[in-house]
Formats: sequence, C-alpha cells, structure tokens
Amino acid sequence: MKQVISFVLNGDQMELEVESHWTLLYLLREHLELTGTKPGCESGECGACTVLVNGKAINSCIFPAMEVNGATVITIEGLAKPSGELHPLQRAFVEHGGVQCGFCTPGMIMAAKGLLDENPNPTENEIRHALAGNICRCTGYVQIIEAVKAASQTASQQ
Amino acid sequence: MNTFDYLMPTTLDEAISLFMSHGEQAQYVAGATDIMVKVKEGKISPRCLISLRHLHEGLNHIEYENGQLKIGALATHRMLELSPVIRRDFRILMDAVENIGSVQIRNVATIGGNIANAAPSADGAIPLITLGAQVRIKGPQGERSVALEDLFIGPGQTTLQKGEILLEFVIPELPPHTGGAYWKHTRRAAMELPLLGVAVLLSLDNDLQTCAEVRIGLGVLGPTPIRAKNAEAALKGKRLDAEILKEAGKAAAAECKARDSIRGKAWYRRDMVEILVQRMARLAMERAR
Repeated sequence: MKQVISFVLNGDQMELEVESHWTLLYLLREHLELTGTKPGCESGECGACTVLVNGKAINSCIFPAMEVNGATVITIEGLAKPSGELHPLQRAFVEHGGVQCGFCTPGMIMAAKGLLDENPNPTENEIRHALAGNICRCTGYVQIIEAVKAASQTASQQ
Repeated sequence: MNTFDYLMPTTLDEAISLFMSHGEQAQYVAGATDIMVKVKEGKISPRCLISLRHLHEGLNHIEYENGQLKIGALATHRMLELSPVIRRDFRILMDAVENIGSVQIRNVATIGGNIANAAPSADGAIPLITLGAQVRIKGPQGERSVALEDLFIGPGQTTLQKGEILLEFVIPELPPHTGGAYWKHTRRAAMELPLLGVAVLLSLDNDLQTCAEVRIGLGVLGPTPIRAKNAEAALKGKRLDAEILKEAGKAAAAECKARDSIRGKAWYRRDMVEILVQRMARLAMERAR
C-alpha cells in the first residue's frame, strides 16, 4: 500500500510517496540517498542507524517510515552548516580521535546530539547511559565520551 | 521483508473496529520496537499493522493523585525514566525502566507494549506486579480491569481477547514507610535481557524494623513474571534481620521455576535469586525509612 507522507527533513519540507512497510532507514538511504545513516544490526541493537525524530534519538531501522508523517527528522547530513562548517559535535569527534573506521560515528553523533539538546551539561555517567545503545567495534569508547564532553563544554562557552 | 499495510487510527473505537475487520491478519503496534524486529526476521507476517500512536485519547499520561499512580499504556519508557514522580516515589519502577534497551528504544517503546508482549523477561512487568498494579483494558465488548498479575498465562501469552487494547495501569496508594527496589541481573551493563529479575516492595511498621507488608516479584524464573509468595510469607510480620532475610532468599530459590536457557543455567539462577532477594530487601528497607 502506497501512501503520501509529509515531514521536515534536515530543515526541508518533504512530501513523498512511501510504501507502508518501509522503515525510516530504508526511506532515507534507498530513496533519499542520505547514506550517512548506517544500517548495522537492522534490529535496534547497535545504534548505527540513529536519527532524531522530533528531537528524540531513535533507531531508524525499526521505525516505520509512515510514523514520520508530520514530524521533524534530523540525520547526520543535517548537522554541518551549508558552508561546510562542522557542528561542534562533529568537530569534537575529529579533534578527540572519536572516529576510527567511522561506521558507528553518525549514530554516535546523533545519539550525543539527542542527549546534549536535552541536557547540555551531562556528567560522564549520563553520557555513558545515553550512548549505551551505540556499539563501536573499533572500541574507541573513551575518546568518544571525551569528544561528547568537549562538545558540551564548547557549547556552554558559546 | 514481508509487506504490510500500516494504519493510523485516531480513536480507540476506530482502532478496535479496524482490528476486528482485519481478522487474524492484524497486529496492534505502539512503539513497534519488538514487532518490527519480528517482522523483519520473518517470525511473524501480519498483513496489517495498526498503530496506536495517533489516538486522540493519548493514553501516555503519568498522573499521581492522592497517592494513586496512573500510567497510560502508551507512555514510553523514556517518559517514565524522566518523570520526577517516578524518580522520587517509585524507585522500584525507575530501577527497571532506566535499564530497558537503549535511549533510542526507550524513546519509542511503551510500557503497554512491554506488558502486551508478555515476555517472561519483561522488566517493566515485574515491578508493576509487585506494586499491585491493576490494568484497564478496552475491547470490542467494552472495558474491563484485571490485576496485572493475572494478565499473564505463559511466555508471550496473555488473557487479552481479540481486539483488546491496554489503556492504563493503576497503582494503588502505598502504605507509609514503603520502599522498593528492582535488580535486573545481566552479564553486561547495558543492552541486555535479564538472566533474572528480582523486585521487592516492603512496608515497615512504625518501629522501622518490622515488615508490615511485602510483595516480591520474580522475572525469568517461570513462564510468566511471578510472585514469590513463600518468600513473602517468610518476611511478613517479622523483624527484618539477616537471618529472616536469608530464610526469604532460600524460600524464593525453592519456589521459583528456574530453567536452563541460552543466557544462563538453572542452578545459577537459583543461587542468585537467593542472594538478590536479600539484597533487594535491604535496599527496599533503606528506601522505606
């Protein structure tokens, strides 16, 4: 069954036809060619596919595309400014060695953005709790947590 | 992946009538975090998913009035985790909800969905049973209310009838000097299902030593979440010293139905329930004072 949905994606108003069984991840990657959001476990365990829907971090691999009708969606592509200037979280990940192979990075950054938008000055425990659903197999967790800490400090100075 | 239609009714009545008109092919979803995984893995293949996320009735309230707590079935685990009332007065529930899945899952998955799935490992169910929750249900025949404990009949099986939807959980006012604690026993710190879950809720007499009321809930230690009634009897009316707590732990180990499974062995689960009942009772006492 095809249905038309409309939503705001990275600031742009979208109106498009989707199949009712599509996941948000499928819609983003296969139809909108926003391949920054990664497919990992495809079952809501690894966090690689994390995006924000109405400001909240969710696993797009198990999120029905139909449910974004009327919602606001932000993906990793929506963080940097049009000029190419990186978001403070992206910059902090680069500066603190939070990126190794890079596969978990978009999900990590989106989960971290979900946290910082809600709680701009998290403790280390709060950062760990918020990123528990994002798996990194290069095991750069320490650098990732340091990057999120640094980004929260940069943001609070601004 | 199997294809399915995805319907988004805006009232409870519309949802129920859609369900009834689709026969066995329909499946309600709330956060859909369990159902979407099962569909993607081909374990189930419903023709039609009926989303409950757009109901005008909302059903995601957390209301605390005159000591009675009402939780809408569509409240997400994250809403519970961030609720000041639950953090302050229902620590037993907070212990469970803040450790279910990840933030990404808790932002979407609902307490009603956790209950309706009826997994023996449902972390949300164990504290709610221990808190004496009643659940309100609406279906094609109207509304009814049952003790949550009586909703479960087996792994994945409930007494929910065709077309019925969970509305809300009602937790009665707790006596003074009541405290509770839940422990999800896992191999790693996050993103795990429990090897076992132990919830203890106890109310102390004015001497703050004697157990006036107690309920103990166990998860993954039977085909459904269960109460450890022999362990409760061992504590009720007694002065809570180390000897009595140990007796209750042994009673729980003897009455639970621990099994070998992929996550752990029965002997280990029995040993741990004996320990964890004591530990949770101590924590509950501290919180009750």
